Amino acid sequence: MTRTYLSRNPSVLWFLLILSLFTLGVTVLSEAYGVAFLSTSFIKTLGKTLCLCLAALAMDLIWGYAGILSLGHMAFFALGGYMIGMWLMYARTEGIVITALSNEALPATAQEIQNGIAAQIFGVVGASELPPVWGFAHSLPLQLMLVVLVPGVLALVFGWLAFRSRVTGVYLSILTQAMTLALALYLFQNDSGLRGNNGLSGLQNIPGLDGVSQDLISVWFLWASAFALGLGYLLVAWVVSGKFGSVIRAIRDDEARVRFLGYSVEGYKLFVFTLTAIIAAIAGALYYPQAGIINPAELAPIASIYLAVWVAIGGRGRLYGAVIGAAFVSLLSSWFTGGRAPSINLGFYTINWVDWWLILLGLSFVGVTLFAPKGIGGLFDLWQGLRSPDRKGATLGPDDGSLMEKEAKE
Amino acid sequence: MTQLLEVSGVSVTFDGFRAINNLSFSIGPAELRAIIGPNGAGKTTFMDIVTGKTRPDEGRVLWGAKLQSLLSMSEAQIARAGVGRKFQRPTVFEDQTVADNLMMALKAARGPLAVLFWSPKSADHARVAELAEEVGLGDSLSRKSGELSHGQKQWLEIGMLLAQEPQLLLVDEPAAGMTLAEREHTTRLLVDLAKTRAVVVVEHDMEFVRRLNCKVTVLHEGAVLAEGTLDHVTRNPQVIDVYLGRSER
Repeated sequence: MTRTYLSRNPSVLWFLLILSLFTLGVTVLSEAYGVAFLSTSFIKTLGKTLCLCLAALAMDLIWGYAGILSLGHMAFFALGGYMIGMWLMYARTEGIVITALSNEALPATAQEIQNGIAAQIFGVVGASELPPVWGFAHSLPLQLMLVVLVPGVLALVFGWLAFRSRVTGVYLSILTQAMTLALALYLFQNDSGLRGNNGLSGLQNIPGLDGVSQDLISVWFLWASAFALGLGYLLVAWVVSGKFGSVIRAIRDDEARVRFLGYSVEGYKLFVFTLTAIIAAIAGALYYPQAGIINPAELAPIASIYLAVWVAIGGRGRLYGAVIGAAFVSLLSSWFTGGRAPSINLGFYTINWVDWWLILLGLSFVGVTLFAPKGIGGLFDLWQGLRSPDRKGATLGPDDGSLMEKEAKE
Repeated sequence: MTQLLEVSGVSVTFDGFRAINNLSFSIGPAELRAIIGPNGAGKTTFMDIVTGKTRPDEGRVLWGAKLQSLLSMSEAQIARAGVGRKFQRPTVFEDQTVADNLMMALKAARGPLAVLFWSPKSADHARVAELAEEVGLGDSLSRKSGELSHGQKQWLEIGMLLAQEPQLLLVDEPAAGMTLAEREHTTRLLVDLAKTRAVVVVEHDMEFVRRLNCKVTVLHEGAVLAEGTLDHVTRNPQVIDVYLGRSER
């Protein structure tokens, strides 16, 4: 009873160990710091995968533990990306504009620089003024605060409205889908102030690091993503380990009973919804500088459904399952859709994986749900021999767990 | 004596069906009361109203010395105010251990943040072990409650109720599905509990009610038909008519 947190959760230590070994390994194999075995673009893919794992961790907390199937968490992920993207784009454009104006005879005024930035960023959507939502874009600390605040407040307001009305189950899932779709449609408009369907681009160029090559930056972002994933894992593992974890799992299994124990179910759901939205937003803020571009298509409902599929395939209700699922499926997905998977020629028809991958993914999702509800994570149970014995026959003794007839004969 | 719970003039209608019709009921702070009545008399709806699950169309439900109205409070707030409820079917969290179930029910702060930063002290562990011992699950603390037998789950739920330390306990058919020995144990426990708090038992089984040896309220068609000792109400011709004449006797 008095054991420490880590000794009660050995999987946390294992996870952190494997994550550090992975990061170290990638660093050694990178172009920037090692033997140049892995290309910079592949390191970016790995770094992005770590961010997706962090988002999957948030999804596992809200779905696997609290039982709320949110199909809108990638909206928070993308919002986090937009918030950091605004600073990246503003600061970089500012640098370009100042350089351009420095050739003029008269030194440029602040207003001229401001106008230059606005024209550069918004020329593409036919506007020349900075929209009010860009009011904080000049400042990294303010914009970093918005990474947390904007998705957090959105989740808080949306969750408050939904949970207060006791919307549960599939209706809540539909509502979250509607939220992400509505947000995507809004951002597609040119006058939304975020460059419509062009989105924000050039995010891989970090202001102030002009002389640094992408080889180095990619490894730095991989480190940052691994660090965030490690911290996120520790946080979520801590949240689900104590009485709080007990209560949210109880809400998943029988929320009416939890109410009669005196817990305000709505308050807990809102807390978990907002916390996971913030985790997803932080993951997004690390993802998009590695991806280089963000546009409203990232908020499409399908993105959030993928997130749920990853967690289901990895094994919901266990944190490493979510991470494994996200890493495995998203890497496999980029392998198949990247045209690197060899096509299979059946003579009468050629299976082209770019087209057939989604069908394969769909089938494996259905297969996992039906035949292996514990997902890939369930393999660890097999490995540890935790499978409950296959018992047959009637009980021999009065106590539960006594030998069964057939076992006794054997 | 001031009453702990006072229900007066309460009515509730479901799709035109009057489940509770101008019902009045009160119970003191340390009293055992049995509620009997035929199926559809409104026993469960009455419990739903007191625990906040169902809102009545009219009437008042007042609680405690301060005469707080329970009607404006949520289920969770009512539970925190001191009303505990035991369901007919045992509902424990099967995926979690006996100790976790009891720990969750243990009287403590219930807010999300308070719970997040809460960690069990040795006194809490001791209290959980003591409660488990009391309901005969002392050596099953680390077992998943889903592995328990039906009777053990009933006991675990009673243990969870005790952990909540309620002032009023609403118990729905506690004897259902229990063996004779378990029933006797349950009777003793309920009588014991009623010494320090109010206990309302909803029951079908007259033999069990007789053993509780307490004041009985007979419900019929959502209203109180008779009240008094079991012998007194069973002599009431109306009661014989609607209830006893039809079934048990």
